[in-house]
Amino acid sequence: MNNLIAILRRELVGYFQTPVAYVFIMIFLLLSGTLSFYLGNFYEREQADLGAFFTFHPWLYLFLVPAISMRLWAEERKTGSIELLMTLPVTVSQAVLGKFLAAWIFTGIALFLTFPIWLTVNYLGDPDNGIILGAYLGSFLMAGGFMAIGACISATTRNQVVAFILSLVTCFLFLLSGFPLVLDFFQLWLPQPVVDAIASLSFLTHFSSINKGVIDLRDLSYFVILISVWLYANMIVVRARKAA
Amino acid sequence: MSGSVVIENLVKIYGDLHAVDDLSFEVGSGEVLGFLGPNGAGKSTTMKIITGFLPPTSGRVTVCGHPVETQPEAAKRCLGYLPEGAPAYSEMTPWQFLNFVADIRRPENRRERLDWVIGQLGLEPVLHRPVDTLSKGYRRRVGLAQAMLHDPRVLIMDEPTDGLDPNQKRQVRDFINEMAKDKTIIISTHILEEVEAICTRAIIVSSGKILVDETPEELRRRSRYCNAVTVQAELKEPVRTALGELEDVAVVEPERNQGLTLIPRPGCTLEGAVRDVLLRHNLKEVPLHIQAGRLDDVFHTLTHNVHE
Repeated sequence: MNNLIAILRRELVGYFQTPVAYVFIMIFLLLSGTLSFYLGNFYEREQADLGAFFTFHPWLYLFLVPAISMRLWAEERKTGSIELLMTLPVTVSQAVLGKFLAAWIFTGIALFLTFPIWLTVNYLGDPDNGIILGAYLGSFLMAGGFMAIGACISATTRNQVVAFILSLVTCFLFLLSGFPLVLDFFQLWLPQPVVDAIASLSFLTHFSSINKGVIDLRDLSYFVILISVWLYANMIVVRARKAA
Repeated sequence: MSGSVVIENLVKIYGDLHAVDDLSFEVGSGEVLGFLGPNGAGKSTTMKIITGFLPPTSGRVTVCGHPVETQPEAAKRCLGYLPEGAPAYSEMTPWQFLNFVADIRRPENRRERLDWVIGQLGLEPVLHRPVDTLSKGYRRRVGLAQAMLHDPRVLIMDEPTDGLDPNQKRQVRDFINEMAKDKTIIISTHILEEVEAICTRAIIVSSGKILVDETPEELRRRSRYCNAVTVQAELKEPVRTALGELEDVAVVEPERNQGLTLIPRPGCTLEGAVRDVLLRHNLKEVPLHIQAGRLDDVFHTLTHNVHE
């Protein structure tokens, strides 16, 4: 546990020692704000909720989370510091979890800093704050899902650009797996139950119900299981390929 | 268990390359083992296996009584490791980096240990500057500090002085010598002077196999230059001929400034005979230099033949 916290703290402090943290938070706040006001018609809807704000989160995460996750392991492998880390008395699971949690908490900080929009909607009207809290939770879980995918892919390469692009594509497939764009491809050669299973993996389907205020245990557990599976894969990749 | 590091029949195969090929040796407390060999001989791979970074294809490594494969954390706790090129987290300062390592290593008297390594390695001036702005010498010292922080019984260093200037090399060597008394130290290097400066034992590997395992002294005696006599003077032709015709001389090599190096037949000494010849030619004051043997020559002979 101490090892995990030490790794987590090192990573988290690391973000704020480079411009990465500030650039990420600035862009995230700017985009999430402008998208909900201009594309989401925050005012024109004349509704006291944050639907216009949360709708764009999957698309923001699609680009921004891989930008954070790409360095998690690829950079360690490139600089050789992975040799240092993995010869300290830490286990692979401590390293994988510590790094993932640091990155996830970091996106959580960025998400938390969007609170002015929550203040705004409370000033302008009388929203259901329970729904908003649920949507924040859903958004945070979804960010974790993207981050777990990105972390695992980052461990497969020493090139951060490759890690970024592969993560983006994989996240995109997960995001849209409930939509014809992805399903049509599988429909051609897979039996219907499998296609249905793939469709049920969609981030968007699970997130949109949370976003509407329906907190279903199935949607929550979907993200928890997704994160666990990708982190488990991450451990396997680190064990198998740390020196390659 | 006699040695702190015991290696038994270690094999590492990448594809069809035998990087480490049935290596066995033991290193005990107080020994400084120089691990020598041409590039690609399997030195770094062996060190990565000892430190638990790479799993071996077969064979066993035991560190302080803990098998690395089955008790990796216990084994890693009693070793300090300086990987090749001394990698560190570049955005961190040495102070943050050493504290991170201390968070994980958790030495008993944390504050004292931190002060000690920082003092020993002279890191105060750069303690709060990011590692990627430091010179190579300082970065290497940060790497050493990290490896020494928990006062490990076993210290493993992959090319600790590679790329340093002569003064920095000397500092690192002095530091290692100081550490050597009660520790087990393994260093890999291809700088042969280093072996003479710090090692009590040398293993030469090539293609993953041990070629020799001796003290640096014994190693030097294998050299054809061992007991060779160099005459540092301008010698006239009759003297040169007379020296060349001595019974025990195997080879005569010209030196700069008309001098000569006389290489003896195996097991022979030449000093007395050479002095006699010089006396006969009234060259009493001519300085003689008796060579102890050249490690680079031994290294070349041993590792060259293998590749032929």
